[in-house]
Amino acid sequence: MYLRNDSRPQGSRLSLRVAVIGGIGVVLFAVLFFRLWNLQVLSGDEYLAEAQNNRTREFKQIAPRGDILDRNGEVLVDNRTSLALQLNTSKLPEDPAEERAELARLGELSHMSLRKVRRTIKEGEEVAAGAPVTLRRDVGFELIAYIEENQEEFPGVSVQRVFVRHYPDGTRAAHVVGSVGEISEEELKEPEYRGLEPGDEVGKGGAEYTYDKFLRGDPGYTRIQVNALGQPTPGGQLVSQAPTPGNNLKLTIDGNVQAAGEGGLGARGLPGAFISMNIDNGEILAMGSNPTYDPTDLIEPTQAEVDALYRDPVLAPLVDRATESAYPTGSIFKIITALAALENGVITPDTVVQDNGMIEVGTQEFENAGGVAHGAVELRRALQVSSDVYFYLLGLDMWETNELQEWAHKLGIGQPSGLDLPEEGETLLPSKAWRNQLYKEGNTDRPWSAGDNVQLATGQGDLQTNPLQMALAYAALGNGGKIPTPHVALEVEDAAGRVLKEFEFGPQRKFHIDPANRTAILEGLHAAAQEGDGTAAGVFGGFPIPIAGKTGTAQRPGHADQSWFAALSPYPNPRIVTIATVEEGGFGAESAAPVVLDILEAIYDKQASAISSAGGAE
Amino acid sequence: MYATRTRNARPEPFTVHVGIAERLGLAHMDWPLTIAAVSLIAFSVFTLGQATQSDVPGDPNYFLERQAIYALLGIVGMVVLTRIDYSRFRELRVGIYTFLCASVSLVFVFGFAARGSRRSFELPFFSFQPSELGKLLLVLALAGFVIDGARRGSEVQRTVRYLCLGLAPAALVFLQPDLGTSLVYVVATLAVMYFGGVPWTHFAVIGGALVALIALVLVVAPAVGTPILKGYQEERLTSFLDPHEHEAGAGYQQNQSVIATGAGQLTGRGDKATQTRLDFVPERHTDFIFAVIGERYGFMGAALVLSLYALLFWRALRITTLSKNSYGTLVAGGIAVALLFQTFVNVGMNLGIMPITGIPLPLMSYGGSSVVATFLAIGVLQSINVQAHLSQKGRFAW
Repeated sequence: MYLRNDSRPQGSRLSLRVAVIGGIGVVLFAVLFFRLWNLQVLSGDEYLAEAQNNRTREFKQIAPRGDILDRNGEVLVDNRTSLALQLNTSKLPEDPAEERAELARLGELSHMSLRKVRRTIKEGEEVAAGAPVTLRRDVGFELIAYIEENQEEFPGVSVQRVFVRHYPDGTRAAHVVGSVGEISEEELKEPEYRGLEPGDEVGKGGAEYTYDKFLRGDPGYTRIQVNALGQPTPGGQLVSQAPTPGNNLKLTIDGNVQAAGEGGLGARGLPGAFISMNIDNGEILAMGSNPTYDPTDLIEPTQAEVDALYRDPVLAPLVDRATESAYPTGSIFKIITALAALENGVITPDTVVQDNGMIEVGTQEFENAGGVAHGAVELRRALQVSSDVYFYLLGLDMWETNELQEWAHKLGIGQPSGLDLPEEGETLLPSKAWRNQLYKEGNTDRPWSAGDNVQLATGQGDLQTNPLQMALAYAALGNGGKIPTPHVALEVEDAAGRVLKEFEFGPQRKFHIDPANRTAILEGLHAAAQEGDGTAAGVFGGFPIPIAGKTGTAQRPGHADQSWFAALSPYPNPRIVTIATVEEGGFGAESAAPVVLDILEAIYDKQASAISSAGGAE
Repeated sequence: MYATRTRNARPEPFTVHVGIAERLGLAHMDWPLTIAAVSLIAFSVFTLGQATQSDVPGDPNYFLERQAIYALLGIVGMVVLTRIDYSRFRELRVGIYTFLCASVSLVFVFGFAARGSRRSFELPFFSFQPSELGKLLLVLALAGFVIDGARRGSEVQRTVRYLCLGLAPAALVFLQPDLGTSLVYVVATLAVMYFGGVPWTHFAVIGGALVALIALVLVVAPAVGTPILKGYQEERLTSFLDPHEHEAGAGYQQNQSVIATGAGQLTGRGDKATQTRLDFVPERHTDFIFAVIGERYGFMGAALVLSLYALLFWRALRITTLSKNSYGTLVAGGIAVALLFQTFVNVGMNLGIMPITGIPLPLMSYGGSSVVATFLAIGVLQSINVQAHLSQKGRFAW
């Protein structure tokens, strides 16, 4: 023990202890210096990059979607700007009671319950934490003015300009253009949506869906200097990249023809559909379904709109009856039966059949509509007057072979059509194999019989198809054996109207049709539409453009007769197929044929239209 | 020192010419120590002035002005203590010790609670944190007890007595709760004992006990369901081991602090120092002020500050060897080690190599209690130095 306080401590023991502490001090300072050198000089670059990354936040600016135009450049869909009420949740009062009061007041002003306000905030936060939450779009100017005048009562509330889809003609081509909505979780994982974020708007149906990548555009960014709470610091805007608007999509749809079809079908007051297509290149000039809807209703639907759009399985306005339906077609199917019989040598165009008004197949009786006997008929006459017996017999002749089914299949019945829209329904081409399989599985009471084929020959029985498929079959007849790819997209244009991309849809398949057979069928169809006692002569007799057409009256179980009409125009070198159907519309000439007439009048009235001039209407 | 030389150069055998420095008691001050301390506080005021402009809305110089006032108070206190013979504190050891324990206990009754812990009294001008001054008081009192008890009892008894005397106030501070300051108390206690000649073997036992205690606190106690540390304390202590795992919690602060310091690179980012200006680094005016210096002034600024601390430590340690008596040696040793400990732990915490313990950086972190108490401690060091010189001359201060 060296401690004696009255003297200076001396000796090696203190010196040793001081030296040890001094040594520890040297080591500790060396550690600090080394660490400091390592951080700042050796890896300073990394930390600098991290610090710079730390202090900025990107705010996304949504790009407006491109417009959707018809083939003449008329706007079908564009955007309008809307004022949206946004809330920066980090600026809400900290006191829960005050926060509640502000949210309740906001809800009251924007007609939302407090619960809905909170749910909207929660959903918004999940989508993009830290970013302002959109409480409500399309708020009125009075509300904006009120909030801006009383800004101090609403901390964190701001008004933002957003883009909302706008449909100038309401329901016009609604099923074709489709709708937009927030990207779903599943879609986010798909490669075609790479780079998108939750909350982004994408096409949900129709052309909006298929051509989303052209319409979408690129969002812009404003990079803002923020503090640790993510709040922008004053004057801290660093970089701003303006959003790139989406490109415009020009459709093959002709707005005038579309309007004529919608008007004509709408005037019937019954569910139905129509399609008008170029038979060479598959461009769809008009396609519609009734009842229809206004896509605006899908943006922020009220409960009543939801009920009307989704809860009515009978009217089902969202269903596109041109592509998603499954109907028997009645007599417009006869051209397929005729082609199958002619091409397989079952008959020649001049084969004469005695039509006594009915035939018996086993125990079943099949008779003409109204039981009329047409007497001795050959193919042209059989088509003109729509002799069922003639085609019953063809069906009977081919019931054990697969010839009818093979041709129907070739012509596109019961097959995916290749349409460039996502909406397409299941269809059915009944065949021996199909029914026998069902029978084997015990799902039906009998195997394939002659009666089944007799029914199919006239577009009845188990046949389930839609106007689009029938349009493809008529197109192949019209163009001599080529199934085009039906499509609605014409080209992509930038905002200035420069064409960026022209869509090319080649034919899906080609097959041989004997020109003599084709001519014979077209003659029969022309006679049916415009000559003498042709089934649609009453409708098209006075129409100046020669056409080939066929009526259909389909017996649909549980419904009154369904009216069909298919037309190829102009005769004899058709360019356009037009088909209409009206549920419970009665005879083909009664309701479907007038709809087709409305459409054809619109097509050929407009001489300047590229299609009609190319079609040689003059 | 030069004052001494000046006087020797003009010997006056009959009249003693007392200069102004002598009158102020500054003649035998350790000037490098003074310069280091004053430079550090000047750097602190300068840094706070630049880095906290927008911290208090409407008062850009809030922290600058207050820290400058604390600095002046502290320097005055240091000069006053320089002129007092520190040996008187040995006689006052019981009173000092009683005052120490009373003041850190009274916080529990009258204290002002900040973030869940009661550490300070709310006074009209500033909030006084007795545990800061307590660091100095503990050293002064404990050194007295060690000298006084040097001849009583066996070595083991003495060691246990010193430990109890030192650990009692440490425990009180720990319960405030203020883990960091209580650790300083423990270290200061051990330092005074060390300079008081407690055998190495005892330190080995104490070291072993400490390891066992740490194991108990961090591993065993939580495992059996009676945690001693509060959750945030334990997280702070352990998160530095893997800051990325705790990026959003305790490790977040440290991670941001490391990023800030690293981003300063060699020459610093000046006013572009966004990391520490935009709230990414928390407590930037107190515990994390070294990160501010690192980011704003780079390696050059931070290394300069570290060098000043090294100078401070060296001069303090040197004074232990100059002291006229053992009490001075023990006091200077306790203060020197406490300063070293606080500096290393705080800077280490800023650089991500030590846990977050809430120990302020002496003379740099904003805070009146810490600044004034540190200057008072340096004043005591100066007093020891002055007394050493005067005793060599066979003279005493007034």
